[in-house]
Amino acid sequence: MDFFDRFAVPHPSFLIYASMVGIGLTMLAIVVGITYFKKWGYLWREWITTVDHKRIGIMYLLSALLMLFRGGVDGIMMRYQLSMPENTFLDSQHYNEVFTTHGVVMILFMAMPFIIFFFNYLVPLQIGARDVAFPRLNALSFWLFFMGMGLFNISFIVGGSPDAGWTSYFPLAGNEFSTSVGTNYYMIAIQIAGIGTLMTGINFITTILKMRAPGMTLMKMPMFTWSAFIANVIIVFAFPVLTVLLAMGTMDRLFGTNFFTTDNGGMDMLWANLFWVWGHPEVYILILPAFGLYSEIIPTFARRNLYGYTSMVASMVIISLLSFFVWAHHFFTMGQGPLANSIFSISTMAIAVPTGVKIFNWLFTLWKGKIEFTTPMLYSVLFIPLFTLGGVTGVMLAMSAADYQYHNTMFLVAHFHNVIIPGVVYAMLAGLTFYWPKIFGFMLNERLGKWTAWTLSIGFVLAFIPMYITGLDGQARRMYTYSESTGFSLLNMVSFVGAAIMAIAFVLLVYNIYYSIRYSPRNIGSDPWDARSLEWATHTPVPEYNFAITPQVASTQAFWDSKKNGHELFKGDIEKIHMPNNSGLPFIMSCIFFVFGFAMIFSIWPLAIITLIGILACMTYRSFEKDHGRYISVEEIKETEKRLRGAKNEGR
Amino acid sequence: MKLKMKWILLTMVITISTVLTGCEPLLVLDPKGPQAKTQADDIMLSIWLMLGIVVVVLAILVFVLLKYRASNQPKDYEPPHIEGNHLVEAICVGIPILIVIFLSIVSVKSNYEVEATPAGYEDQEPLIIYASSSNWKWHFSYPEENIETVNYLYIPEDRPIEFKLYSYGPITSFWIPQLGGQKYAMSDMITTLHLAADQPGEFMGRNANFSGAGFAENTFEVTAMTPAEYQEWVEEVHETAPRLTEEKFEELIEPGHLGRSTYTGTHLEFAPPPEHDHGSSDTEVEEDSHSEDHEKHDSQDTNEHSNH
Repeated sequence: MDFFDRFAVPHPSFLIYASMVGIGLTMLAIVVGITYFKKWGYLWREWITTVDHKRIGIMYLLSALLMLFRGGVDGIMMRYQLSMPENTFLDSQHYNEVFTTHGVVMILFMAMPFIIFFFNYLVPLQIGARDVAFPRLNALSFWLFFMGMGLFNISFIVGGSPDAGWTSYFPLAGNEFSTSVGTNYYMIAIQIAGIGTLMTGINFITTILKMRAPGMTLMKMPMFTWSAFIANVIIVFAFPVLTVLLAMGTMDRLFGTNFFTTDNGGMDMLWANLFWVWGHPEVYILILPAFGLYSEIIPTFARRNLYGYTSMVASMVIISLLSFFVWAHHFFTMGQGPLANSIFSISTMAIAVPTGVKIFNWLFTLWKGKIEFTTPMLYSVLFIPLFTLGGVTGVMLAMSAADYQYHNTMFLVAHFHNVIIPGVVYAMLAGLTFYWPKIFGFMLNERLGKWTAWTLSIGFVLAFIPMYITGLDGQARRMYTYSESTGFSLLNMVSFVGAAIMAIAFVLLVYNIYYSIRYSPRNIGSDPWDARSLEWATHTPVPEYNFAITPQVASTQAFWDSKKNGHELFKGDIEKIHMPNNSGLPFIMSCIFFVFGFAMIFSIWPLAIITLIGILACMTYRSFEKDHGRYISVEEIKETEKRLRGAKNEGR
Repeated sequence: MKLKMKWILLTMVITISTVLTGCEPLLVLDPKGPQAKTQADDIMLSIWLMLGIVVVVLAILVFVLLKYRASNQPKDYEPPHIEGNHLVEAICVGIPILIVIFLSIVSVKSNYEVEATPAGYEDQEPLIIYASSSNWKWHFSYPEENIETVNYLYIPEDRPIEFKLYSYGPITSFWIPQLGGQKYAMSDMITTLHLAADQPGEFMGRNANFSGAGFAENTFEVTAMTPAEYQEWVEEVHETAPRLTEEKFEELIEPGHLGRSTYTGTHLEFAPPPEHDHGSSDTEVEEDSHSEDHEKHDSQDTNEHSNH
């Protein structure tokens, strides 16, 4: 039985057993449901083998929403545990696992797929392309990400979750202090998902550089595409560091190397440095596309062009450069001395300047506008003050001498949630509401949407502002409990109430989706918000080939000009369109990757070797495969166009 | 409704700042030593400055939202196309740059202050205390007094203290909020933290960096006392406390939690702190201070750590 012992959860509890049963039943229900409704074929043909950027995008979205739920549950559990002194809801080991998975899930498996959903869905539409540059690579990116995510998420029912923090600092994460397979999951699952993300980066850089519609010079790209471009450049520069780092960590844990161990010349500081050399640019990978979404939404509902287009682009470029020169601010207290700290302190504060420019540009976009408070706009308007608050506390943290007092405290926790939630999460929800009609053909309910935005904001303020105060009062982060005498209890209870209100906001969001599916009108046309950029110029639902005729672009807001200034978007006749074929290979290869990862985590070497051969075989097969895609005939396009135009208020 | 939210936000910011400045002093903002004072001053300065920025942004936002909301404008109003204005953008860049330059100067100045013997104590010989962490305890070795304590720290007031930090295990962070900010203790390098207490009192100290299952309780008590009381304590320890043997120390660093305990002799004799060969600037500073120690302490037989 020794073989099976390793799969047992080392530190089980009722909650974990209950989730095992829950997960088992849900899986069973899904399988039975799909079989009952005879949807296996549909699922395989239309989704699993798809290379369509829109469908891949939607699968990213579903993953992100699922992980938002999982990470959110982790968050609520943490807040509940800390809401009372000496609470016994979670013990220290469980708490450590929960905050570790909360961090990893929210950053890598919620925020990342959410922004990649927007990359996938929007970038080809915004630049007037038929698909991404490498559609099949895109499918592989998604499935690798998905398998990495799946692998990470089974950790708590098979073998135990990682428990060394999402930063996984060595030597704590090394074999000596982290004896379960949890950290193996961290190393391998993130590695697999990370390879997917790296390929996404390469794919979108190529797409944006090579596949823009005629006339769309770089400085005429919509702002979201600009932000996606810069974020993907950062991905391509930052993610290899993560790949190498995780490979080194894996070798330390599985093969007895000494990169980060405490003896034989290993150095724990190397992990911290490399982690943040990737980790800091990572947060800009998340926030820049969020900025891009706000830059689409705010002009739309201010009914004005984006103020200071050039400075918006310039500020993003500067932020992306600076993001690689600030990593040491994550450990001012590691003893590198005042000179190094001063340099990183100044470079960090410098980021406030381009970020400030963006905030002012959004404010000036509102100036002389005709502002309509729709749900996406409400999120954007709430984002500005709340994100500013998070930004200025970031400047405070950048003052390295003072950071000796903020570091590792709830003040820091408050700060990064204060930038990530109003910055990234609000943008995701605003963008989701904004683009929902384009994607699904009906609007989300505005009334429920506004309720969600307000509830979320009230919950956010209650949950995170108190942490600034308890942090300054000496509450360290990652403590699973504290004593009554510390005086943290009242504010932590407020935090819990806030977190619960945020959970209600999530429920409202889900209810809104349900409600809108049932009751929302379907005859909304292709441009329900009276928007400005190319993605709104095609039909709703978007046909497989996106645009029947490649659009001609002459300004930053081509679609707006076509509506208001008589610009002709679609010139010429419909021609046959070349499209890529579907392929099951990315999915199959990713499944093998999943098994390979699992074998590595549990050191089942024969299986690891077999699956590795399988992966190589898939790659070899792909290298020799001849697949030139297919053509959609002119008749078929005309038919589709005619059908779609029926529900549309304007022709091409 | 929008207006109301803005006011709620504004009131909140003001309330927070009053809480921070007023009624109940928060640990970090209630400094009992020069280093913590420097940091608390920086924090308050930045809070006020940042509050100013938040208020300006809020004011502009509320103004434009109210003035240019659709319901406040004629139905046929068509917003103009405005590309941007060099002067306006220069101001938006210029003012933040000035603020950042100002804060950078403050930050750099404070960096050098907190990384040196505390201001006002430069003429005094610092008391060197080796603080090492093991899962999940703190060991304080006083080479000068030939004393070692576990989980509590007695220090004389008005004397600069130089903590030499390292760890038997995961990275920890040595933090006494009321005396000054934290610094990492690591297994492969000694770090130095300069602190001083300018009044007697009892302070909370803890490991601030997550280090595994016992992290939450990884705390210690700090008592600052008059030099006379301190001397009395040292003598008392020498009379009453047992000697710290290698076996006993091995037992002490086993994972777990312990109460307070006191020993004569330090573990530095048989378990020297890690060599620092990673060539960071901190190492240089440290070696300098060591060589100074050598010169100044050569006549004293208490200088145990001179042998490395």
